[in-house]
Amino acid sequence: MVKPFLELGAIIDGFRIEECIHQGGMATLWRVSRVGTTMPMLMKVPKIAEGEDPAAIVGFEMEQMILPRLSGVHVPKFVAAGDFAVQPYIVMECIPGKTLFQRLPELPLPYAEVADIGLKIASALDDVHRQHVIHLDVKPSNIMFRPTGDAVLLDFGLSHHDQLPDLVQEEFRLPFGTAPYMSPEQLLNIRNDPRSDLFALGALLYFFSTGVRPFGQSETMYGMRRRLWRDPAPPRRLKSDYPAWLQEIVLRCIEIEPAWRYPTAAQLAFELSHPGQVKLTKRSERLKQDPLTTVLRRRFNKDLTRSITVPAMARQISSAPIVAVAVDLAEGSPPLNDALRVMAERILATLPSARLACLNVLKLGRVTIDFTLDEEGHNKRIDRLVALKHWAEPLKLENNRLTAHVLEAVDPANAIVKFAQANHVDHIVIGARQNSLLRNLLGSVSAKVAAEATCTVTVVRPARTGETGQS
Amino acid sequence: MLIAIFADIHANRQAFSACLAQARDYGAKRNVLLGDYVGYGADPEWTVTTVMDLVEKGAMAVRGNHDSAVDNLREQLNVEAQVAIEWTRGELGSAERQFLEQLPLTLNDDDRLYVHADASSPKSWRYITNVDDAARSMWATSAQITFCGHVHRPALYTMSATGKITAFMPVIGSAIQLISRPGRQWLAVLGSVGQPRDGNPAASYVMLDTERRALTFCRAPYDAEEAAARIRNKGLPNWLADRLLVGK
Repeated sequence: MVKPFLELGAIIDGFRIEECIHQGGMATLWRVSRVGTTMPMLMKVPKIAEGEDPAAIVGFEMEQMILPRLSGVHVPKFVAAGDFAVQPYIVMECIPGKTLFQRLPELPLPYAEVADIGLKIASALDDVHRQHVIHLDVKPSNIMFRPTGDAVLLDFGLSHHDQLPDLVQEEFRLPFGTAPYMSPEQLLNIRNDPRSDLFALGALLYFFSTGVRPFGQSETMYGMRRRLWRDPAPPRRLKSDYPAWLQEIVLRCIEIEPAWRYPTAAQLAFELSHPGQVKLTKRSERLKQDPLTTVLRRRFNKDLTRSITVPAMARQISSAPIVAVAVDLAEGSPPLNDALRVMAERILATLPSARLACLNVLKLGRVTIDFTLDEEGHNKRIDRLVALKHWAEPLKLENNRLTAHVLEAVDPANAIVKFAQANHVDHIVIGARQNSLLRNLLGSVSAKVAAEATCTVTVVRPARTGETGQS
Repeated sequence: MLIAIFADIHANRQAFSACLAQARDYGAKRNVLLGDYVGYGADPEWTVTTVMDLVEKGAMAVRGNHDSAVDNLREQLNVEAQVAIEWTRGELGSAERQFLEQLPLTLNDDDRLYVHADASSPKSWRYITNVDDAARSMWATSAQITFCGHVHRPALYTMSATGKITAFMPVIGSAIQLISRPGRQWLAVLGSVGQPRDGNPAASYVMLDTERRALTFCRAPYDAEEAAARIRNKGLPNWLADRLLVGK
């Protein structure tokens, strides 16, 4: 019934069909144009002839519900949707270039490049997770990159939206997804855990860095279920030069238990962008798979096949924030730094999955290059790092929840704001300098950070004493 | 067009006023009323005359089991509802009683069906509390979207062309696009305006944007203390007052 409409040159609701660019199992993609629109667009038309896979239809319905609600650089921009009764379609932005799938012949890629790809995808996942969507089909053919480098996630046909009915869940009692990347919990038909996307990304990073798919390509139920108890060979066994930090990250992503993975995509992105600060656990050293006893315990442990209750997605993400504390070591008075620590302690006490990034800004001269820095700059940095760790020590945080960063900048406020943006920081805690000469001369760093940051900012002042509490 | 849809007002003047005001602020151009205007609450006369006035101005209204029970002594109700309805009978004049009696059990509008309870047998007043109930109701109609109440707890069901049913707990204030596809049906069970039972005491209703086919479950906070005080003043069972404060 729909065929007569879809010909080259045909016009549907103002969209002119230009070229067929892909014939997939579930949908056909056409390049389309519209008078007055310069953005390249494509039209996705589901295959809904008789006897077709119902997945194509339900997936299309799901995408039609989800895509219009998503925004930002990490998804194709939604343009229009066609009525099912006439001609179902979705028109969206056409992302130029190729998907990651086209790079498979080049595998394995250099480690630094794999980490960079991982960082970009994790940032994209963080963005859609915060928009209530779990992708659930993260794989190379669903990932593209904008010229700016930002990763774009494609195809939300198998996705779960936290605030929409999950049509896929009921339609298919059997798990649905792409075998090499599907998480263990998806195999148990759990579709509301954002950490499933981190598993898929981990499998992708393993594949891209070693050239080997960690869970093979088997599409039989048994072959897929094996990942519920059998861990893949550690990458270092396949490649002796495999960096320990990357193995730590990849293996943590593909942990069988979701709770053992990174709590959020933002925290994974944070680790990928600070390889030097990744806490190396036993994971990073492993050369062998888990012993048979462990595998058998998992295999016959009914707990692993139980249905797990997953906390509401928004709550899960907000319970694992990245908190940045800006500690002013040179200027800051001990009472202020103590007050900062008390505030950090309070925030962390309520959020066991939160992590803390301690920041200090090494101020550079505005006009001339600071030669004294060249001579002792290295030492200064180290001194500051040591001092930051010393400041944080009373918090008694595990290593994997704490990092220290010395930023070098002319404008401290700007450096802090930029760090927060680049690292998906949810909350900045910063002290306000009181009555200082510097503050009068330079203006308030905390006021500028509070005004310009895109996340929550808490400005801390030391407890009021008789002297300062006049107003 | 934006349509505001209300169910189970139950003579709660404070709650209904709050919902009408909020819906008007959101830009509702039309009102639909899914029955149970009386019973439980302390202001049946005000509520019924308000509904009569809305209907005169173009609102659509169907009848609920409590409305039926005003003039039909055989209608079965629980004990508290029975006490409340006996009191209500003495509060309503003949014009109001006549209005309730002549209300239809179902109404169709475009691709939508309005009914108080299960559409497969509107007079049986069966609750829709799970996917099986929802399936029975949706099988009985060709309407793409059914709106009903009666349960006092909001829920959204949808049935695919292959007969698979998805149950969903709607998130307040988040618009859901009710995608239209031959074979897919939707069933929205509304929460109650005048006696919410989902643990949230705020009055419950929905807004439908017919052009975008977007459904939003809304909550309007209201002066439940006042509504409860009025119930106590009228000598109605205390539990009918207490439950308003906790939404149970």
